[in-house]
Amino acid sequence: MITPLLATATPGAPEHGLLLQLLVIFLAAAFTDNILLTRFLGMCSFLAISRQMKTSLGLGVAVALVTTATAGLNYLVHRFITVPLGIEFLELIIFIVVIAAFVQLVEMVVERVSLPLYFALGIFLPLITVNCAILGVSLFMLNKAGYGFWQCLVFGAGSGFGWMLAILLMAGIRQRLKTDKIPAGLQGAGITLIITGIIALAFVGFSGMIKF
Amino acid sequence: MSFKNSASGTALLKNLWQDNPVFRQVLGICSTLAVTNLVLNTLLMCGGLIFATALTSLTVSLLRDYTPKQVRMMVQVLIAAAYVIVVDIAIRAFFPEVHKVIGPYVGLIITNCIIMGRAEAYACKNPPLPSFCDGLGAGIGYSLVLLSIAVVREVAGFGTLLGFTLPRLDLWWHQWTILVMPPGAFFMLALVAWLANSFVVKPANTGGAK
Repeated sequence: MITPLLATATPGAPEHGLLLQLLVIFLAAAFTDNILLTRFLGMCSFLAISRQMKTSLGLGVAVALVTTATAGLNYLVHRFITVPLGIEFLELIIFIVVIAAFVQLVEMVVERVSLPLYFALGIFLPLITVNCAILGVSLFMLNKAGYGFWQCLVFGAGSGFGWMLAILLMAGIRQRLKTDKIPAGLQGAGITLIITGIIALAFVGFSGMIKF
Repeated sequence: MSFKNSASGTALLKNLWQDNPVFRQVLGICSTLAVTNLVLNTLLMCGGLIFATALTSLTVSLLRDYTPKQVRMMVQVLIAAAYVIVVDIAIRAFFPEVHKVIGPYVGLIITNCIIMGRAEAYACKNPPLPSFCDGLGAGIGYSLVLLSIAVVREVAGFGTLLGFTLPRLDLWWHQWTILVMPPGAFFMLALVAWLANSFVVKPANTGGAK
């Protein structure tokens, strides 16, 4: 946002340096800095959808794809449109429009290319436009100084993957929970949140391992 | 007709307790939950959210006859985004230090389910004044819950309240680090959902509460 964004990786750095950096960014975004478990983004659809494994997988894949692509797109918008024109304060609106337009585009393309995939992903795509995880990734990546195009793209991919991982873990656990006895007041959201908290604890445990 | 019984009054009051969005469906916790480890951050975020929700509802309601059905979601998002930008600029101007920490979360108010939820469920088919009150009530009701979470987290985790150290900490306080870490917010929210499920949503059913 205000912080000036630098272009791609440090000039002159050896090639494996960039790849290693990208790998670290991916792992950090997926595990230690998981967008759902440490930043609480995308909670609404997480709580509503994680009842079933199959729908969780569909939504998880859709979120991962859209996050990756919009992170790249929004970085380009930021670098080549809003910063040169000095309209960073409009980024919120522009990012939302980019995300909505991209989702619409994906929907149309998928419908043409593969009908089975369209029906599998179809209902999830509109939900994604208002999923805060997607907008969140676009906003957080601009706060990280020194992220260039590839770093942003990989950050988006890692975050999306992390979100998918979290919802799949939750769906698996919730399927087992169906037959368990849970106090009446905790059924539904309550127990889901407690389990999410425990999963989050496990993910926080990774945090010393990756420094970025 | 008193204010309490008018359409606006009902819309405002029922969102505070009975239909409180967090109690009913645990909705809209994204973005704000992340900043509940400090009361000041929460206050600013909630203020922004109340402002954005109330005015978005008002605007959506004013434009409800001119908005084509097919594009109304997009229109609502854009209206919300405009108000959130106002909030963002205000926080950046008055609390630059806080903005560095919560900046991205402020932007995420746009995708907060409460704004869209109230616009879609109430404002797009009701007159402006009740819609405004409905948005205001939903925002305030939601903020009260989050503030209570924030107070517990800040006191237990840091031993401070709004940044001031509480008196005689050595006597009664032991740092509870987990509460300022992200998992703490999940546990606190689970507690809120539990209490709400037991006492608010189904008053007859208290079996789950200790």
